[in-house]
Amino acid sequence: MIAIENVHKQFGALHVLKGVDLSVQKGEVLSMIGGSGSGKSTMLMCINGLEGIQQGRITVDGVEVHAKATDLNKLRRRIGIVFQQWNAFPHLTVLENVTLAPRKVLGKSREEAEVIAVEQLSHVGLKEKLAVFPSRLSGGQQQRMAIARALAMSPDYMLFDEVTSALDPQLVGEVLDTMRMLSKEGMTMIVVTHEMRFAREVSDRVAFFREGRIHEIGSPDQIFENPQQPETAAFLKSI
Amino acid sequence: MDYEFQWRPVLRSLPEMLWGALQTIEIAGLAMMLGTVLAIFLALAKRSGKKYLSLPADMWIETARNTPALFQIYMLYFGLGSLGLQVGSYTALLLGITFNNAGYLAETFRGGFAAVPETQTRAARSLGLGAVQTQWHIVIPQMLRAVFHAMTNQMVWSVLMSSLGVIVGLTTDLTGVTQKLNVVTYRTFEYFFVAACLYYLISKAFTLSARVVAWRLFRY
Repeated sequence: MIAIENVHKQFGALHVLKGVDLSVQKGEVLSMIGGSGSGKSTMLMCINGLEGIQQGRITVDGVEVHAKATDLNKLRRRIGIVFQQWNAFPHLTVLENVTLAPRKVLGKSREEAEVIAVEQLSHVGLKEKLAVFPSRLSGGQQQRMAIARALAMSPDYMLFDEVTSALDPQLVGEVLDTMRMLSKEGMTMIVVTHEMRFAREVSDRVAFFREGRIHEIGSPDQIFENPQQPETAAFLKSI
Repeated sequence: MDYEFQWRPVLRSLPEMLWGALQTIEIAGLAMMLGTVLAIFLALAKRSGKKYLSLPADMWIETARNTPALFQIYMLYFGLGSLGLQVGSYTALLLGITFNNAGYLAETFRGGFAAVPETQTRAARSLGLGAVQTQWHIVIPQMLRAVFHAMTNQMVWSVLMSSLGVIVGLTTDLTGVTQKLNVVTYRTFEYFFVAACLYYLISKAFTLSARVVAWRLFRY
């Protein structure tokens, strides 16, 4: 379980998160929606400790992320993250991109890591591209590779930070299909997204962020059909 | 002018000069490798934002780039000697060129590091790689590609600088051997002409092998 309690985050004078409370259960798919600058991506970066926080507490399966004694490298093995800019390692082949962390972080042998990587890359439809460098892949393929790279660590949680925002429209579908598949397999996912149809279809709950807080949270039916807050309705109407 | 070229003595001592050339290659190559490693640390120290790291690195880089290489080698030979650390002329030359290489390369690497996007570090750390692993597997390989051409120049410079060993009494490298033969035979032009040709070939060989390495390494 991921538990977020009263989290505040500031970048200098900019107060990005102003007291977020949220918990995500094992097996749940939670979508975060909201305007740009509402704090949803920052929230994601705080969960695996890529960003620090000024106040509050985030725990992942009881481990406090921002406690001094916490070994973040160890914690991050269990939390996969996929970024908006897909961040392929350009100097490594597709296969090497995926085997790197299992080998260097989990200490697996090259053979073991390759078995895992081939399995994950087949899973996302990139079995034919093992020896290729990322520059030869389309954006959608690079993003699917990034998903396979995160999955190769067999994480308990997957975080997705607007993973389709930087893609050409015709490539969005293949990435969303991959995520759909993961949610069906029971992966616990937190998805920051602007794809409302997707959020509605795969989420168990949807959180609407506004001005650094969760303004409204509920089932997709509640948020999209019958929002309780006028700002939620206004946001959904505006996009 | 009634100087007559005599090439036969040069040809006779060519094997000796080739042995000298081998030592020149050894010194230049070693100084380049050591310089590269040191330069990575210097560049990282400068980027660290910590004064106690960036200040010494800065002093090193500034001295290496703004004083003559000749002076740097002198300082290592006589300076260390006066501190009771007697080093031979070979070591003084090697350390001197290494010092110079590291200073120049550090400045090049700093630009190279800036060319690797911060998001690469983020992605690596998010997979659980530590700070050192991230540098080693992700950042440094990409940095080296960005600066490879500038490195090739320094490599040639490293070969040419090695000729300064003669000023601290080195007699076994290409310049040292040539100078020794010159003193005995007075065939100055002939000997130094052949030496210059050999320096040219060594420099070209370094550049060419760098290209081969780049072609093997940077396939992406």
